Amino acid sequence: MNNYFDLKLVELGRWIEAFFAHYPTLKLVVHLLLCTLPLALSFMGAFAFTTWLERKGLARIQNRPGPNRVGLFGLLQPIADGIKMLLKEDIVPERSDKLFHFLAPIMLMIPAMIGVGFLPLGDGLHALPLDSAIIFFFAISSLNTIAVFMAGWSSRNKYSLLGGMRAVAQMISYEIPLVLSAVAVIMMAGSLNAQEVVASQQISSWVGSGNILQEFFGRILGWNVFKPWGFAGFIFFFIAALAEANRSPFDLPEADSEIIAGHLTEYSGFKYAILFMGEYISAFAIAGIGVTLFLGGWNGPVFAGLPWFVLKLFSLFAVMIWIRGTLPRLRVDQLMGYAWKFLFPLAILNIFLAGFYHFLERQWGTAIAMLAGWLFGFGALQLAAIALSRLNQSPTIRSKRVYQLVE
Amino acid sequence: MSLIGKGILKGMGVTAKNFFQSYYRKERLPTVEYPEEKATINQFSRNFPFLLYDGDDPVDGMRCTACTLCERACPPQCIYIIKDKDENGKAILSPRIFDIDTSVCMSCQLCVEVCPYEAIRMDSAFELSNENRFEGLLLNREELLKPNAYYHEIHPLEARETDDRMAAKAALAEAKKKARQKRARLAAKNKPPPGLKKTPPTRKKPPQREKSE
Ligand code: SF4
Ligand code: SF4
Repeated sequence: MNNYFDLKLVELGRWIEAFFAHYPTLKLVVHLLLCTLPLALSFMGAFAFTTWLERKGLARIQNRPGPNRVGLFGLLQPIADGIKMLLKEDIVPERSDKLFHFLAPIMLMIPAMIGVGFLPLGDGLHALPLDSAIIFFFAISSLNTIAVFMAGWSSRNKYSLLGGMRAVAQMISYEIPLVLSAVAVIMMAGSLNAQEVVASQQISSWVGSGNILQEFFGRILGWNVFKPWGFAGFIFFFIAALAEANRSPFDLPEADSEIIAGHLTEYSGFKYAILFMGEYISAFAIAGIGVTLFLGGWNGPVFAGLPWFVLKLFSLFAVMIWIRGTLPRLRVDQLMGYAWKFLFPLAILNIFLAGFYHFLERQWGTAIAMLAGWLFGFGALQLAAIALSRLNQSPTIRSKRVYQLVE
Repeated sequence: MSLIGKGILKGMGVTAKNFFQSYYRKERLPTVEYPEEKATINQFSRNFPFLLYDGDDPVDGMRCTACTLCERACPPQCIYIIKDKDENGKAILSPRIFDIDTSVCMSCQLCVEVCPYEAIRMDSAFELSNENRFEGLLLNREELLKPNAYYHEIHPLEARETDDRMAAKAALAEAKKKARQKRARLAAKNKPPPGLKKTPPTRKKPPQREKSE
């Protein structure tokens, strides 16, 4: 059963390409189309499904039924929304910078789509199998900061501009803990190649052994998230990814109770839909790289490959929705302080923890490394976190306040 | 030593509880799916006024005497009354035209408070949307008239109280009339002055207002 879907899909692709074997140029075009088109379409479909999932999930958290009129359980709601968006008037503010106002949605979509291409969706299902895929991913995904700022700046609206500036400050700050927490994984895997990072997350001596139990658990227990440094790294990565993707509780750029819709304020109609989709697909890309780095990528028992990847991706997104339904939005200063004074030092410490674990594993084997890593390494992280949160507390004024005019 | 992030986990637990319980506990999903099912209306709810009538015929049983007190009390001036006249041009105590513009009415219930004849009350029907926002929302006399039974149906407590009050008033009026008749009879017995016949006191009519239609 393992990798069955992936192999079939790869086979299907080869079969289609074989029709064009006599025309090398056409074959290349078909190959490129086969690499990109299904990816783009499936992520757009996933976007539509996620908007439904998000609305349903938030509704249930708030004790409402959510959309339930269009189609079964409201499943066709995203299509209805899409049609509505298409039919809406596209309003461009008169004094806006029209060119950049037009370009911003496209600029957001492009890095999001490229980022998705770097994800190893399954065994052999990899649109851009670069050796340095992970570093490329982070380089490309930080481009969407520019798009968001473009949208904010070109609208010539104070709320848009505020949203854009918040986005730049936030995305640049959170990029650092994001990458630093990924560094630990790259160190341990010894490769920047996404497929190799995924492959490093199996217990290789168990997977090939033929013993059913070992086959089963070898594909789960190897995930980085089950290692002390991986667990901590995953938490840092997830928090930073929420901020990178403008998701609640870090949705300051589009804080609707403060600055209308931030950089989206002056967008309407289909451009708005594209911007919205771009943000969701960037969120998908970040969640996907999180799955690749920490949750074992497409590794998993029984149906290893695409099904596991999709399952993990949507579970991660469900957690994002759950968090959105739970946590209130941060203040701007809290947001920046959190990134620089808390997440950043901890992410650096985590790199040392990973090195410590690696050393122990080499010297005394996995079991002792696990024990020491969880007890001492994780304990050290906890202590550091507590110390940091004490340090970062604003000084409390203990003297009693004196009201001079009253007394 | 407190675990970092414990508060967040606790909050997530609360939202998860709300999420899952909304599937099997009624009080976690109180939404009423409106067109299919309707919410039960509290008997003290009110929106727009309607006119009450007794008996079977709406126009004959109308309680309103066209005293125009409500018209004058209405803050946004959305009641419009024209008195009825008989063939000789004499005013009859009932309205020929009684309109309430529900697009203007602010549901203050002042008209109900001032009416001395318990003729106007607040309705609680809420499906009032209409295709014509001018004439459709301007309710005329026939649309406003509803039987007392309807009043009992929507506001049972209030309706009973009104009926009791009206019955007490009627009984009092009856008693007064009897006393007056008795007095008159006694007076007639004691000293019958042929030329001085006391007329029963009549109710002072409300001042008439000029109106253009
Ligand atoms: S409820 Fe108030 S606003 Fe409406 S008709 Fe009566 S007095 Fe006028
Ligand atoms: S106050 Fe009562 S009796 Fe007088 S006009 Fe209004 S509804 Fe009729």
